[in-house]
Amino acid sequence: MTEAQPAAPDGINERVRAWVEFELGVTGRILEVVTAPADVLGTDGAEVDATDPEIVQLAADLIATMRVSPGCVGLAAQQVGVAARVFCVDVSEHPKTRDHHGTFALCNAEVVDSSRNEKAREGCMSVPDFTGDVKRPSRLVVRGQLPGTGETVVLRANAFEARALQHEIDHTRGFLFLDRVAGAHAIHPRKTYL
Amino acid sequence: MTLHAITVLGHDRPGIIAETTEALAGLGLNIEDSTMTLLRGHFAMMLICSGEATGAAVSEALRPLTGDGSLDVSVREVPVEEAKATEGTSWVLTVHGGDRPGIVSTITGVVASAGGNITDLTTRLAGDLYLLIAEVDLPRDGDVAAIRSTVAAAADGLGVRVTWHEAEADEL
Repeated sequence: MTEAQPAAPDGINERVRAWVEFELGVTGRILEVVTAPADVLGTDGAEVDATDPEIVQLAADLIATMRVSPGCVGLAAQQVGVAARVFCVDVSEHPKTRDHHGTFALCNAEVVDSSRNEKAREGCMSVPDFTGDVKRPSRLVVRGQLPGTGETVVLRANAFEARALQHEIDHTRGFLFLDRVAGAHAIHPRKTYL
Repeated sequence: MTLHAITVLGHDRPGIIAETTEALAGLGLNIEDSTMTLLRGHFAMMLICSGEATGAAVSEALRPLTGDGSLDVSVREVPVEEAKATEGTSWVLTVHGGDRPGIVSTITGVVASAGGNITDLTTRLAGDLYLLIAEVDLPRDGDVAAIRSTVAAAADGLGVRVTWHEAEADEL
């Protein structure tokens, strides 16, 4: 018999919204972010035990590294050199955000439902020289486990949070936004201003 | 009516498009399809223009662009080509990985051998990251799964990653 999965609440999942990294009980370390063409970025992440102390530390490290990286709204394990299905996001300060769940990390996350494709231009700390136009669903249901307690949560995300979640889940499966760009003219050198 | 294939290529600066197209407009030429972009700091224009002017007249009108030696211009008369309708499926192919010789030739060679027609292709190099994005029409009777696995095997041999997704057009 399979374990019953919780249903996604309408609107914000209050458990995820209330989650804070202090629940992890460890101090996050700031790690170096790896850039393409590092092999780890193309490696499918291993399923993890969300209660494993190493995974809890990894989640704390990802959040700490995200926090000190200007403009960073999410970071996946592959980006710090670990091929594992763990990431964190926090889109709360981004102008394109509508609803959001604040800062949270998820393990073994998967998209269980999606709709309403929208195209937008994405960048990535691991691909610092390019941006790309990527079409992704703007409404999403995601299931994963919170690191630490390991409890399974299901949440609905929309707009920019939905895009960030798909970008990070892609990382955990070894995909970059480069793998999703809409066509030969959908990749853009990142502008640099002197 | 004559069709001219015109290229302008060289050191980027403000005004290249304005000066080129002003000269073409002065001859009554119509710019049909064109692409103009920066390639590693070089500005590159490719245009198909139609009109009554001769190739010699177009070259003469564009001669001032080449005056300081920073731009190369070519003008060539080309026949009218009918756009071919594709009966197959359209795909976006992304290849990325560490830079090395042979990525473009190997991948496009495999695609061509399978009867795939590349209709657009961009490559970019940044640091050690090499990126190729191609739009590919695959034949209707082609075995898409077999073509994809052949390209994947070639990419493995090069140590690069390859992803396919079907090009979507939302009919409204």
